[in-house]
Amino acid sequence: MSFSSLSRRGFLKGTAAIAGAATIPQLGYAASHAPLSVGFIYVGPKDDFGYNQAHAEGAAAVKAMEGVVVVEEENVAETIDVQKSMESMINFDEARLLFPTSFGYFDPHVLKVAPKHPDVRFQHAAGLWTDGMPTNAGSYFGYIGMGQYLNGIAAGHATKTKKIGFVAAKPIPQVLLNINSFLLGARQVDPEITCQVIFTGEWSLAVKEAEATNALADAGCDVITCHVDGPKVVMETAAGRDCFVCGYHANQSPLAPEKYLTGAEWNWAGVYSGMVQTVLDGGSIDNFVRGGLADGFIKMSPLGPAVSDAARAQFEATKAEIMAGGFAAIKGPLKDNAGNVIAADGEGFAEDDIALESMDYLVEGVIGSTS
Amino acid sequence: MSLSFTSESTASAGPSFGLAGLARRAEAVVLPLGALMAGFAVFSLFLLLQGNSPTDFFALVYRAGFGTAFSWENTLSRAAPLLLAALCVALPARLGLVVIGGEGAIVLGGVAAGFAGAMLFGTPAIIALPVMLLCAMLAGGLWIGAVGALRHYRGVNETIASLLMAYIAIALMNHLVEGPLRDPASLNKPSTAPLEDALRVGNIPGWDVHWGLAFGIIACVLAWVLIDKTTWGFAARIAGGNVRAAQVQGLPVGRLILGFTALGGAFGGMAGFFEVTAVHGSANASLAGGYGYTGILIAFLARHNPLAIVPVAILLAGFEASSGLVQRRMDLPDATVLVLQGFVFMAILMSETLYGRFKVFAPERWRST
Repeated sequence: MSFSSLSRRGFLKGTAAIAGAATIPQLGYAASHAPLSVGFIYVGPKDDFGYNQAHAEGAAAVKAMEGVVVVEEENVAETIDVQKSMESMINFDEARLLFPTSFGYFDPHVLKVAPKHPDVRFQHAAGLWTDGMPTNAGSYFGYIGMGQYLNGIAAGHATKTKKIGFVAAKPIPQVLLNINSFLLGARQVDPEITCQVIFTGEWSLAVKEAEATNALADAGCDVITCHVDGPKVVMETAAGRDCFVCGYHANQSPLAPEKYLTGAEWNWAGVYSGMVQTVLDGGSIDNFVRGGLADGFIKMSPLGPAVSDAARAQFEATKAEIMAGGFAAIKGPLKDNAGNVIAADGEGFAEDDIALESMDYLVEGVIGSTS
Repeated sequence: MSLSFTSESTASAGPSFGLAGLARRAEAVVLPLGALMAGFAVFSLFLLLQGNSPTDFFALVYRAGFGTAFSWENTLSRAAPLLLAALCVALPARLGLVVIGGEGAIVLGGVAAGFAGAMLFGTPAIIALPVMLLCAMLAGGLWIGAVGALRHYRGVNETIASLLMAYIAIALMNHLVEGPLRDPASLNKPSTAPLEDALRVGNIPGWDVHWGLAFGIIACVLAWVLIDKTTWGFAARIAGGNVRAAQVQGLPVGRLILGFTALGGAFGGMAGFFEVTAVHGSANASLAGGYGYTGILIAFLARHNPLAIVPVAILLAGFEASSGLVQRRMDLPDATVLVLQGFVFMAILMSETLYGRFKVFAPERWRST
């Protein structure tokens, strides 16, 4: 055999092998790393300074990731609209991971669409998934009541009138937990503080939110927070009435920089990036995920200029206790505002206690009624 | 004062044949289509001013609304409640009444259907569903019928009354689903008790579109027969054209007002029935989806002709079906499609002044040059 032929064959074989070795994994890489299309659907505008903005901030974090394409739709109603928006993202944008973010999107809409698209993952923000539901759907939620408890501590130090106010959408368990936590936080500072609550009846109803805020200010409340979809109106109105404000859902400090004490925020950026990374890595997301401050599901807005040193110290100390785990904001001895015993001395409900999810009372010190 | 939005058919005397007849009928098609095109043209200018391409926009609307099998299912699913909501406007309109509160009939119809369904737990669907439908239509019919009664007996403006009553209906629905009719298990989204599976209305076989579409189309055809082929419809059109003349002729204007408003409301209630049985599975705040308001636009675009409602509702449903893709691809706000609807609505209203002005549509004037 001649050196040249050996050399040539060897060369060809060698290059083929190298080319093959180089291409095959590359094909594999390309196949498994075609951009993952992720869809986000919001019930309101994504710049609402509230619920939807918090999710949109999460989407923005996902957008910044490698190998991901994000599609978004805002103002999608909890009707057949959302079913078709999800399917439109699947059909036209090849979405394989969907975040329909509004509470009312889950039942019946996600439950109806998920079985039709077994190769698509549906991640819904609320703790609604239970065994027996489609396994390609999942729930995630955060213990944001703890954030309202910390808001309450900041509010307890800031109030002069010992009256704080809460503008609430509907008397449902999540909202009641926030109201109760806000007052109980404040009562850690001064047990004489009361919290007046006004329900607007709707998740997003700017006029009533403004009226409620003014009514609270008229009644002498000097620190106000809220649980509505978009806290913008409450924050601006309250600050205009010279009240301090505590935020909710997202960071509203730009709306009232001097009056903003702190705020209970969702940290969806961290949660969503984590979930998307799991999918990119070929892993699977648990169907039921929850977390609090310690897990990075929620966070607090930076303390504002009006927060005193004493307030800051107690705020940070309590925050550290919550981060350590097992902290109970709702603990005995505790009565509701109709005089019924909620928890005996020594009894308490930690943030992950399932009993909190069917809360139907306002604790002693909250002025208002659930019906 | 009676606002008249009746179509040309009132004026067309007897059957018309040949070219002359065609010309007369063409006016009712050419003018709305022309207005639609004018609306599109103004909207295109608006897009250009915003630095967006109208071609891209309409291509996306076509693709997402009508371009694929999924697009059609999307469009037709959205059209189902719109057909019925439009009838709630179109029927009273033939009497010259501008009823814009169909939303109230829809939400109360939905609540009635949801409540009846919860009460009829365990009853065979063949009995339960018709009863639920009846309850829904009764609720809607009574609600809009009350608007008609206020108009007839007390002279209350039906436009304002129906709009305000829609707000009352929504408040009433919220009260009922959060209070007396609430399923205690519906913690964070107050609703009536979920319907059992047997009472859920499914899809038209082979399509991902629920039966509401078929019922909506049938309702439109029936309404057309009522208006164009019966003496009641004829009487209603006379009353819509000139109330005094109708009264002088001894037509029962009062009963016509009550009947047509109640029937319109009943169709609205039917839309609520399908929202609950085919979409939501229970009655809750999501029932106030705004279909009643889109129905106003559709009825006016269709010039209150029930048959024309079908294509117009499908067209507008197609716009709404495309709203998402337009938002995602062109980064335009979701209100873009509403702006388009607004331009089209303005164009259609302005085109109302053009009827009878073009000689080409009036054969009797062809020779009089």
